[in-house]
Amino acid sequence: MRERYIYFSQFRHKKVFKYNLFICNKKVQHLPELIIKNLSASVEGKQILKGVNLTVKGGEIHALMGPNGAGKSTLGNVLIGHPNYVINGGSIILDGKDLTGKTPEERARAGLFLAFQSPVAVVGVKLSAFMRAAYKQVHPEDKSKLSEFYDRMKIHMKKVGLDESFMSRSVNDGFSGGERKRFEILQMMILRPKIVVLDEIDSGLDVDALKLVAEEIKEYYSQEVGFLIITHYQRILKDIEPEFVHILKDGKIVMDGDNSLSLRIEEEGYDWIKNTA
Amino acid sequence: METEYSKEEEMEKLLEDLKKSNVRKEDWEFHDNLQPVYSTGAGLNRKIVEEISEIKKEPDWMRRFRLKALEIFQSKPVPTWGPDLSGIDWENTKYYTRPDEITTNNWDEVPDQIKDTFKKLGVPEMEQKYLAGSVAQYDSEGVYHNLRKVWEDKGVLFMDLDLALKTHPDLVKDYFCKAVPPTDNKFAALNGAVWSGGSFLYVPKGVKIDMPLQTYFRMNGEQTGQFEHTIVVADEGSSVHYIEGCTAPRYEKNSLHSAIVEIYVNKNAHARYTSVQNWSKSVYNMPTKRAWVEENGQMEWVGGSLGSKVTMLYPSSYLRGPHASAHNLNVSLAGPGTIKDTGAKALHLAPYTSSRIVAKSISIEDGKAIYRGLLRMNKGAVHSKSHVQCDALLINDESQSFTFPHDEIYEPTATFGHEATVGRIGTDELTYLRSRGLSEDEASSMIVLGFLDDVMKEIPMEFAVEMNRLIKLEMNKLGAVG
Ligand SMILES: Nc1ncnc2c1ncn2[C@@H]1O[C@H](COP(=O)(O)OP(=O)(O)O)[C@@H](O)[C@H]1O
Ligand SMILES: [Mg+2]
Repeated sequence: MRERYIYFSQFRHKKVFKYNLFICNKKVQHLPELIIKNLSASVEGKQILKGVNLTVKGGEIHALMGPNGAGKSTLGNVLIGHPNYVINGGSIILDGKDLTGKTPEERARAGLFLAFQSPVAVVGVKLSAFMRAAYKQVHPEDKSKLSEFYDRMKIHMKKVGLDESFMSRSVNDGFSGGERKRFEILQMMILRPKIVVLDEIDSGLDVDALKLVAEEIKEYYSQEVGFLIITHYQRILKDIEPEFVHILKDGKIVMDGDNSLSLRIEEEGYDWIKNTA
Repeated sequence: METEYSKEEEMEKLLEDLKKSNVRKEDWEFHDNLQPVYSTGAGLNRKIVEEISEIKKEPDWMRRFRLKALEIFQSKPVPTWGPDLSGIDWENTKYYTRPDEITTNNWDEVPDQIKDTFKKLGVPEMEQKYLAGSVAQYDSEGVYHNLRKVWEDKGVLFMDLDLALKTHPDLVKDYFCKAVPPTDNKFAALNGAVWSGGSFLYVPKGVKIDMPLQTYFRMNGEQTGQFEHTIVVADEGSSVHYIEGCTAPRYEKNSLHSAIVEIYVNKNAHARYTSVQNWSKSVYNMPTKRAWVEENGQMEWVGGSLGSKVTMLYPSSYLRGPHASAHNLNVSLAGPGTIKDTGAKALHLAPYTSSRIVAKSISIEDGKAIYRGLLRMNKGAVHSKSHVQCDALLINDESQSFTFPHDEIYEPTATFGHEATVGRIGTDELTYLRSRGLSEDEASSMIVLGFLDDVMKEIPMEFAVEMNRLIKLEMNKLGAVG
């Protein structure tokens, strides 16, 4: 059976979801492109990433899988510029712009978005005010009024299943695990990033919530967005079929494939990869 | 529809303003070189105290009072139950300095150096003017002129305590150190011996002043101790709001500040005392502030404490008559290397008295914010109530805050409650906000304003803005990322 798993699919088709056809018909001027080049990084003096290479383009959905502790979340944190993570080699390029030494806000404004694996609570910062401030930074060109913005926000909140009352709550404060994940998706929908990294967006979600979140991701999907979906379960990948699947092990991408690779992981785990990599 | 988000819009505007107000470190490190007209030199002894009284041409009772207070001061040990005070340089402190006169009713007479200082701090001109007047009223049109007349006609006295001692000696004598006797603590005794300046505000029966009365004290000249003594009397059925604020240049050596504030809230009267403190990081700030509240009187303490090396401040309310009430609100910022040992005392001495204490503190890096409170309910203070709320915000992964509430409850029908919350803003929290596009400044501003949200209406706007600037400054020093 092993021969079924081609490590890198020669058949590079662009997967287009039917509900997004109208977006694809639109003329796309410029496709975003994130290039992660030979990226090495450490945290608290410990080398975690050991030369990661990965390119994510608009219209592509990549899945990044790997055993616990492989460095998947580290990659997410390094991409967004978390100050606790030190880059000691390689680069992060978005649309030709080198983001390697940039602050998290500069990366966000450039169109990079990370849905955190465990979003932290920020006591005292009102969710609505936070979203407004963030939106204004990321989309300074949009001069819409506060009330218009909030009305738009409410529509998205309904879609991700967050009650309007969350607007006046502190960011993530007292949110359940599922509510935090929904809020991450809400932020993606509102901030409209070009490259989306979702770190274990599926963990802590029940079946219905997972479906809702997957629907939102599909709705947001277009030729103008590239996705990197970090997960170690196959279940979300059934819904959002990624074109590319990468396996991260011990800080390196040891295998590339298509979605069939995720199925094999589901059945056999990661142990077999050691032998073939 | 527009009004639905008016609060949000206000907040948004404030954030915009804050974004524009960039603060540079140097702005806080100036030192203006006003030459004091007269100084008694360093150190303290009987001769110096007599000299102070002599210069001021005081009545004999005041001279004797000072000398008695000096004895008490010398006999009391430096308190050791709180922060380390060994850094106070008693020998090299100058206990009396008369700075170049800054009490003036004319803006043109305000020394240029002081004007420059305000400019460096980015204080708007309108506010510079009222801040520069040491005892001056301020109206909303921003016209700097002598408003005293309006209140004088109603019998309100508002002047320097030194002057009041000359013009109304008996009235001053009735209240001077009644609530805060020199025996209270070492620093109160010191103030009793060498006090100079401060306000005397007397509001006669039934007079309600709707406009806040403001004073602004500045400390000039290195190693100058600050020993103001302020007395506010709200006579029966009157109402008054008194505001004072301080900012000081940064000094190399330690400075000592020990003010006394005594507030007398008579029957059915209402007094609010707001103080804003922004001493330089070398100052030991040891004031004693106390109110006597009689039947059905209301006392409100609003405090904002930004600067200083060590501050020990516990505004106290002695609820002496039935239905007397006290409300304390204190907001402290403990920047790196500083200690804010602040809190409140409420003494319920009569039936149906109530107190409510809200203490909010922000600690940065190794800044230490301590809440120290005393709640006493005497036997017979039936059905009295008290509520204490302490909220701490730690702006750093290693910051700490402490609470030391102390309750002495002798009345079984009395009720009281304590609440405490601690929030931490570490790298993860800031990174989270920043990863959505907020700058580090904006992220920290949002956090601070959010933390202060429920007390924003109570504290002067200028204070909130100032606090925010300081926090930005401290955080910038911690080093931005990238
Ligand atoms: N902030 C941190 N401090 C210390 N160690 C960390 C930190 N973040 C990640 N690590 C370590 O880095 C390794 C990779 O972790 P992570 O990236 O979270 O793995 P994954 O997301 O693939 O499960 C683990 O050994 C983890 O303990
Ligand atoms: Mg992880």
